[in-house]
Amino acid sequence: MKKIVAILFLGILGFFIFSGIYANDAFGSFGKVNLNDRVSNKFITKSVTNDNEIVEYNKSSNLETGSSNYVTSIVVNYRSFDTLGEVTVLFVSSLGVALLLGSFGGKLTLKYKANFILRVGAKTVFPLIALIGIYIFTHGHLTPGGGFPGGSMIASAVLLLYLSDENFRAKMSSFKLTESLMGSLYVLVGIFGLFTAGYFLSNFLNTGVVGNLFSAGIVPIVYVLVGLKVGSELTGIITDFLKEEVNE
Amino acid sequence: MKIINIVEIVTSLLLLILAILAVSSKKMINSIIYLSFLSMLAVVSFVIMRSPDVAITEAVIGSGLVTAVFLFTLLSMKKVGDKK
Repeated sequence: MKKIVAILFLGILGFFIFSGIYANDAFGSFGKVNLNDRVSNKFITKSVTNDNEIVEYNKSSNLETGSSNYVTSIVVNYRSFDTLGEVTVLFVSSLGVALLLGSFGGKLTLKYKANFILRVGAKTVFPLIALIGIYIFTHGHLTPGGGFPGGSMIASAVLLLYLSDENFRAKMSSFKLTESLMGSLYVLVGIFGLFTAGYFLSNFLNTGVVGNLFSAGIVPIVYVLVGLKVGSELTGIITDFLKEEVNE
Repeated sequence: MKIINIVEIVTSLLLLILAILAVSSKKMINSIIYLSFLSMLAVVSFVIMRSPDVAITEAVIGSGLVTAVFLFTLLSMKKVGDKK
């Protein structure tokens, strides 16, 4: 009976959503808007203050933000303050996990004994995963990805080491130090922009040619900082969860 | 009908089935595995919808780290359950 009611409820909800989207009654006025009036078009052509020009790969230079991946140009340049807020949310959640689970001082030894394949395989795969993570957050302004996925990849590589090696104990103090240092550097970059270009987290460096590795001003710097910060934070969270599995 | 449309339809149907299975399965471990598989398929659907940024994030966090955290939590929940 409960399942039938739930399925009926879901069906009604789905009908409303699909009729709202496809019948074009609820959002009818959105179909008639000229795209050039939209803010998102200004974000894509990378000119909020000037007129819109066509951005060409490997040719256009000295745009407002030089990243060819325009998700990155929105997330780290136009909406960089939001990214600072997201990083703060992640920091607060890792702080909460550490407060709840982190009262453990002994040596990390797992209940099971890791077998041969897991030990050797983890040591072989760990550098590859870590390298892909670093690639993703250093090339965040060129290819899909960025600080958050790159940092999570590094955290999953460290998780593999935790699972395989019994005596591996990461120096938690160094992870905490990396995390706090990277967060402080992000805010310092923002304050530096405030003093040199007039507003918080403004792009004060030369943005270069679209598509080069050394382009996009402060965007790669901020993404490297965010990637290292997210990686160390998620490693801390996973370590706190794993500590529950430890023999006393 | 192109191949990509068929892939799209199959993926979305499998997503629905896996979501129902993940909610209604009796064992917790099965539900975690279904969730992990669901986020792997969500990666495919994100790539089809042309948002590779979200796809990478979903692949790493949804099917990797969240599954690991759920498994650790489940393993430590078992200790409490054994006592009764």
